[in-house]
Amino acid sequence: MTTPVLDIIGVSKRFGDTLANDGISMSLGKGEIVALLGENGAGKTTLMSILFGHYVPDDGQIRIDGEELPPGKPRAAIGAGVGMVHQHFSLASNLTVLENVMTGTEQLWKLWSATQQARRKLVRIAERFGLKVDPDARLGDLSVGEQQRVEILKALYNDARILILDEPTAVLTNIEAERLFATLKDMARQGLSLIFISHKLDEVMATAHRIVVLRGGKVVAERKASESNKAELAELMVGRRVMRPVREPSTPGAVVLEVRDLGVRIGGVERLKDIGFALREGEVLGIIGVSGNGQVPLARVLSGTLARTSGELLLYGEAVGHLSVGDVVDAGIGRVPEDRNGEGVIGEMSIWENAVLERLPAYSHNGLVDRKAGMAFARSIIDAFDVRGGTPASRTRLLSGGNMQKLILGRNLSHRPRILIAAQPARGLDEGAVAAVHTRILEARKAGTAVLLISEDLDEVISLADRIQAIVGGRLSPPLDAGRVDARRLGLMMSGDWSHVAEAAHAP
Amino acid sequence: MRLERREHRPLLLLIGAPIAAIVAALALSGILIAIAGAPVFDAYRRILIGAFGSRLSATETLTRATPLILTGLAAAVAFRARLWNIGAEGQFYLGAIAVAAFGSKLLADLPGPILIPLLLVIGAIAGMALILVPLWLRLRFSVDEVVTSLLMNFIAVLFVSMLIDGVLKDPLAFGWPQSQPVADHATLPKLIARSRLHIGLAIAIVLAVVVYLVQSRTVFGLQSRAAGLNPQGALFMGVPLGRTLVKVACLSGGLAGLAGAIEVMGIKGYVTTDLSPGYGYAGIVVAMLANLNPIGVVLAALFTAIMFVGADGMSRSLGIPTYIADVTVALALLTMLVALFFTQFRIRR
Repeated sequence: MTTPVLDIIGVSKRFGDTLANDGISMSLGKGEIVALLGENGAGKTTLMSILFGHYVPDDGQIRIDGEELPPGKPRAAIGAGVGMVHQHFSLASNLTVLENVMTGTEQLWKLWSATQQARRKLVRIAERFGLKVDPDARLGDLSVGEQQRVEILKALYNDARILILDEPTAVLTNIEAERLFATLKDMARQGLSLIFISHKLDEVMATAHRIVVLRGGKVVAERKASESNKAELAELMVGRRVMRPVREPSTPGAVVLEVRDLGVRIGGVERLKDIGFALREGEVLGIIGVSGNGQVPLARVLSGTLARTSGELLLYGEAVGHLSVGDVVDAGIGRVPEDRNGEGVIGEMSIWENAVLERLPAYSHNGLVDRKAGMAFARSIIDAFDVRGGTPASRTRLLSGGNMQKLILGRNLSHRPRILIAAQPARGLDEGAVAAVHTRILEARKAGTAVLLISEDLDEVISLADRIQAIVGGRLSPPLDAGRVDARRLGLMMSGDWSHVAEAAHAP
Repeated sequence: MRLERREHRPLLLLIGAPIAAIVAALALSGILIAIAGAPVFDAYRRILIGAFGSRLSATETLTRATPLILTGLAAAVAFRARLWNIGAEGQFYLGAIAVAAFGSKLLADLPGPILIPLLLVIGAIAGMALILVPLWLRLRFSVDEVVTSLLMNFIAVLFVSMLIDGVLKDPLAFGWPQSQPVADHATLPKLIARSRLHIGLAIAIVLAVVVYLVQSRTVFGLQSRAAGLNPQGALFMGVPLGRTLVKVACLSGGLAGLAGAIEVMGIKGYVTTDLSPGYGYAGIVVAMLANLNPIGVVLAALFTAIMFVGADGMSRSLGIPTYIADVTVALALLTMLVALFFTQFRIRR
């Protein structure tokens, strides 16, 4: 049995009418990795913010090595050895790695900073934990995974013994995430104690020693990872049995969208090259790939926000030129953008305005917006797609990610699109919302909609797609039937080795 | 201590915050009045008397508010779409000089009922023309319009200065640099006889209502708001960003140009380089005071006019510098920004 380095005792915190944390108690042993599992809004981040001194709890206390931590003092928390790795990094992109790590560690009125000393310490820590990064690189030039490493290094540089990671994999690719978890396990072996916040069952099962499940601000269960399973955790987290929908076999119909030799150059850089695929009624075509391989320009060309440089686009069998957003919407193409908050909605505008904005011609007469019809449409989406947390007139920003996504899906699917372009539709959503989104997509497929699913989540693609193509370096692999899929094949496809795909595609 | 976004804004707060802000500003400048050695409440009483105490002062206050409403609207419509038009001053002068140029000779033969609306449109078009330069630079080369529209002010004023000392110079002005006057039948009818108050005020208020309706009811209003709040999202939902910005710019520049036209046709009749005591810049303050709400702009313009006109009266009777009006308006802007901030956020421990 390890000795507890951290004790959270009966912590409560209320925001207005909601009790974000309700008498939460948990402990963390030396060298232990505890996963804090819970859906969005379960109170995970609030609890960690209290631990780190961002919030003052209404009730309860936090003990580190048996000593009570003064509430609401981040400096005291840092001093006691608590380090926090935020989901949205707290780093300055114009400074170097070393400068970022040193920021806040030196007194303001010192005449010169002990750069050499700091550099030695940083290099020593980096070597010890295998967090390789160039101390003199500008932070803005680093990849997201490397930036996260800097954020971790910064915490360790402050002599953190307890490391808190807030949804560390939300921004990482699969490979980066695996590397991160190897690092975390190594840190635990070297005596650090870690808490990581997550709502992804796979990574929790694979990494944590112990799992604390939070729901509605309360600890609902605590399990050893070795004595639990994904199904149990999912049920504990959501509070009811969650079934991800299952794809039923279907016979796809005619080709509605065909792309041949499509190319896109942006600023002289070739982003897409020789892209070709055919999308048929009633099927889901999955496009997998590591992020940054051309998914964004592909989705944008098909959504009408980017013009292609070359290639042919056949819509319902007819060749078409550049499509504007209006053309795309009029042609019965529904669009779910990758960046929900940035593109999918305008947060400061109301729900009904977001519902009608892409269809203003249909919701206006002589240049005047038909507010009544717009409100009615928003109301129908809210009812039919179970959008919770808002009325047609309330600001869209107030919706949670899952409900926002239901709104976006709803405004498209209500108009029974013939084609749906869905980019990362379930990214960052909690288990319940993922199931809802997947159900809607499969319903649309059943109703004959042709769905192009662009996703980095292999599980999602495997469970939804009839055929799969991989995008690598702006090129698209030949399609692979979902029936022939296995993890090894998909891995090879995403790495750009398509020899087996071609064989499989041509096999009788 | 930390800030939290308010998810619900009670109506009382939305109404109370601006009032509290004005009260706070008056209290703060009261300290300065006290330091200057005058009785604070008496000073404010005299400001009110100076602004409304007589028929003359009341009409004068409303006359002063007229251009402020229009330049305030010009700033408000542009800012709402995140188009930073700092060039209302130049647009004001260009609208004014255009009216002087066309109204003194070229079109002076037209009858009044045709000439007056025509000249107003010409003034508005002149304002639009000026803002299109910084807008084009932004759309074509991504040049920040804050800088370009501001610098256009100096070009415009110097251009006007050149005209009124050259081709448009009034030969009967004893050598003073001023433009030829617009024809008598091109002056705006008075709203109240034997005062300077003209129908420009009515035009300004009607336009405020029109702008309000355009912003809240039309496709253009919805699209320009979307473009301002989240250009990326607006683009995704099919808002033509460039075209929307051009329309917003034309509306903004047109309103500022119209302000200049109305000032010439309503009061002075001719253009000098001191036609505007900074109406273009004051419009920015008015718009911010009003939180970019077109109806609020009318009230904010009125407040600003009261302070400026009233401070003259107070200054004469109490011997306090009129600069107190500038200070009060500036303080009101600061307190208003703070108040608006607290309608959106609350402080939590």
